[in-house]
Amino acid sequence: MNEAKFTLIKGGRIIDPVNQIDETADLLLEGGVIREVGRPDQPEGCRIIDADGLIVAPGLVDMHVHLREPGYEYKETIAGGTQAAAAGGVTSVAAMPNTQPVTDDPSVVGYVLDKARMGGIVNVFPIGAVTKGLQGKELTEMGLLIKAGCVAFSDDGRAISNSSVMRRALDYARAFGALIIQHAEDPSLASEGCMNEGVTATRLGIPGIPAESESILVDRDIRLVELTGGRYHVAHLSTAGALQSVERAIQRNLPVSCEIAPHHFALTEEAVIGYNTDAKMAPPLRSERDRNALLEGLSRGIVAAIATDHAPHDEDSKRVEFCCAANGVVGLETLLPVTLELVRDGVMSLSDCIAVMTHRPSELLGINRGTLSPGRPADIVLFDERERWTVDANALHGSTRNTPFHGRRVRGRVKRTLVAGRTVYEDGQ
Amino acid sequence: MKATIWNRKHLLGMSDLSREEIYSILDTAASFREVNRREIKKVPTLRGKTVINLFYENSTRTRTSFELAGKRMSADVINMSVASSSVKKGETLIDTLANLEAMNPDVVVVRHSESGAQEFLARNLDAAIINAGDGSHEHPTQALLDILTMENHLPLMGRENFEGLTVAICGDVLHSRVARSNAIGLKTMGATVRFVGPPTLMPSQAEEAFGAKVYYRMEEGIAGVDVVMMLRLQQERMTGAFLPSIREYFEFWGLNHKRLALAAPKAIVMHPGPMNRGVEITSKVADDPNHSVILEQVANGLAIRMAVLYRLCGVEA
Amino acid sequence: MIIKSEKSVLTNLDILNIIDQLADRLVADITQPQKRVVVGIRRGGALVARLLRQRLNQRLDRELPIGFLDISFYRDDHVTVASNPVIGATDLTMDIDDKRIILVDDVLFTGRTIRAALNALFDYGRPEIVDLVVLADRGGRQLPIQPDYSGLNVQTDAMESIKLVDQKEAGLILVRRQLGE
Repeated sequence: MNEAKFTLIKGGRIIDPVNQIDETADLLLEGGVIREVGRPDQPEGCRIIDADGLIVAPGLVDMHVHLREPGYEYKETIAGGTQAAAAGGVTSVAAMPNTQPVTDDPSVVGYVLDKARMGGIVNVFPIGAVTKGLQGKELTEMGLLIKAGCVAFSDDGRAISNSSVMRRALDYARAFGALIIQHAEDPSLASEGCMNEGVTATRLGIPGIPAESESILVDRDIRLVELTGGRYHVAHLSTAGALQSVERAIQRNLPVSCEIAPHHFALTEEAVIGYNTDAKMAPPLRSERDRNALLEGLSRGIVAAIATDHAPHDEDSKRVEFCCAANGVVGLETLLPVTLELVRDGVMSLSDCIAVMTHRPSELLGINRGTLSPGRPADIVLFDERERWTVDANALHGSTRNTPFHGRRVRGRVKRTLVAGRTVYEDGQ
Repeated sequence: MKATIWNRKHLLGMSDLSREEIYSILDTAASFREVNRREIKKVPTLRGKTVINLFYENSTRTRTSFELAGKRMSADVINMSVASSSVKKGETLIDTLANLEAMNPDVVVVRHSESGAQEFLARNLDAAIINAGDGSHEHPTQALLDILTMENHLPLMGRENFEGLTVAICGDVLHSRVARSNAIGLKTMGATVRFVGPPTLMPSQAEEAFGAKVYYRMEEGIAGVDVVMMLRLQQERMTGAFLPSIREYFEFWGLNHKRLALAAPKAIVMHPGPMNRGVEITSKVADDPNHSVILEQVANGLAIRMAVLYRLCGVEA
Repeated sequence: MIIKSEKSVLTNLDILNIIDQLADRLVADITQPQKRVVVGIRRGGALVARLLRQRLNQRLDRELPIGFLDISFYRDDHVTVASNPVIGATDLTMDIDDKRIILVDDVLFTGRTIRAALNALFDYGRPEIVDLVVLADRGGRQLPIQPDYSGLNVQTDAMESIKLVDQKEAGLILVRRQLGE
């Protein structure tokens, strides 16, 4: 494609939290790089993108995504998953390693990056496995995996439950300053459970998973952080108890952080009523009390990232009895509108909302994204904060329909997504 | 007699039913009880209708009860037992039902080990579904027959209706669909429900979920109650994680005459069967004609299932 | 269907007179009173059967056994009526084998109720004779069934119904109802 050298995004409300920018201005791109924010002169032959009435922000960074490739291409591919990302205004995704084969070897990292280069339309940052084959026993070659392109480590989908293995993982990762992302769920407490333990589970006759299955593991891990000094991040934190533990650890200046998924702050266990398998994920949707605690945590800035835990599943994995159904929901395309509910509900400012979807996760992962600073890659999202629409599972851009938000009335629609200056998604196109 | 319009296509759980709907089933069942006492125990009501019993869990009693109910109303009844071990879950369930549906049954009676399986089928298929037990969720026909049995005994207990009746449901409440369906149904009828059992066999937040007061000691739980409903303790729960041993369970939660004496003088004793004599109940109590109504429950089960089939077959698709 | 209008066809006194006449006619024909059993079809027929039996008892100077049939489980239109849950109890405790049954209904119309009643009756035994007594015959038969004793003939059209109404203390009345959509 013969791209113009310069692009000017004109007249939008530019929000760039890291540079404390929130003003109506123009944004000049040169090639794939951001050149200037403000009132730049319009260069010769410049392509113009009209952003009047729209918000112009750094492209969203989702640090928790399952792209399913390699191994589960019948659920989703890197090409399909990145299309869903682009439609959701997400320009960078961190891809979880629970593929087949597992991303526990540099060759798999290479495969993922190659696939992303060839068929992907947004940036893909692989996350490597902490233990070989996600078996929770032997550490992976973290150094070599970082060299190959991994940005963090996780056994997501499974908890690292063995304390000794977790201790060594946190310890060893220090050599590379690497982040260990824990799927915090004590497997023996969660055991047979299929949803949050409580009134709803009791009524539905579904075995429950107590909130303590999360907080016990987080508490243990924080002790191990104190012991090792390793960087620790709680994936998809879902309970009041675990959040309290994370907050205390942050207050003690421990290298501890957490992310929250939109479904956990926007929905409760009651979404399961009717045995809705599209409301089944791990960790499960929690109680209203937990949800309120998460909103509190978001408003107080304890939460470093909102991440989707986007987990596509084929229909056959979901069209079954509740307890037999696969865990996981898709979230990339609902990330922005559902998160904007926090602004309307007075939980967070728009700027803070964008921060936890852009530069804060970027900093955790150590990637060069999530801001509109001159010289940075021109990953940008343009959205209309006010446009109302209804989530329709059948209209999603990814390969699967397993959203818990089907039928939800939302506000805020992505109009255009740019990656390295190129438009990868345009609403209505 | 209460004239209520019945227009439910499925019977999935007691949580769906209003007091009027429950009474309409009880009244219909009373009429069928008369049929069951005749020399010719068959009426042509469901001639030409097809009922399929699809059982993913073994249950000779419930299956036989539905089978006889269908046959006494002249329906064609087909039994399909699917041994759980041979079942690959998920897709197979919906495929099996789709195949059955192609044969145009009027009603499919389903028992399944997964909570919500019948709701899932009802959502995805056209046939009318009767839930004959799903996981730890509901077993509505059992609750209806239990409520009918209690209703028959109300006059003997000096009561006009269910208001003020106190029922203790005792044992493994956690895994029991019978306990859930009864608790919901009895509450709808106006009765007071207690759950009695060891803490490890009590569901989380049972009080909030069902409005049932929870007791961990038998002596307190059955004090003064009108109905003592014992639950079956499943083999696999008898030892290990939930309970240390059978003898400990029997010692503290088994129903014997000494404990039964704490209940109301005319209290009735119920059990959904099959009983574990000497585990949850002594033989002396189970066979005590002054208290035990366990065989009446079986007879009422047949009448209730006839009534339910009658009602569901009478709803136009 | 809704009821557009209703007017009385027979007063309680009329009905009692008709039942008296029916009793007289029956008694004239009865040869083996020891074999006679009165069976009323629920619900209207049961009311007429009780009154008729009283009069037969007086005239025959004996207590005829009486029973009641609920034909809900024998109807040929289950699908359309099952959402109406009014099912009375069948109460036929006597042996009806070789008995001479006086089958009583209030209003005879299509004949389907009588068909169902005969089927029900035969599930209880094998009577020698069944005589059909009705308070009113409104015509419109769909089956080859005729009454042996009919108190009154009423001409009706499809948008009308004839109904026996129990006014408790005030007795029974027969009404004609004009139906509409």
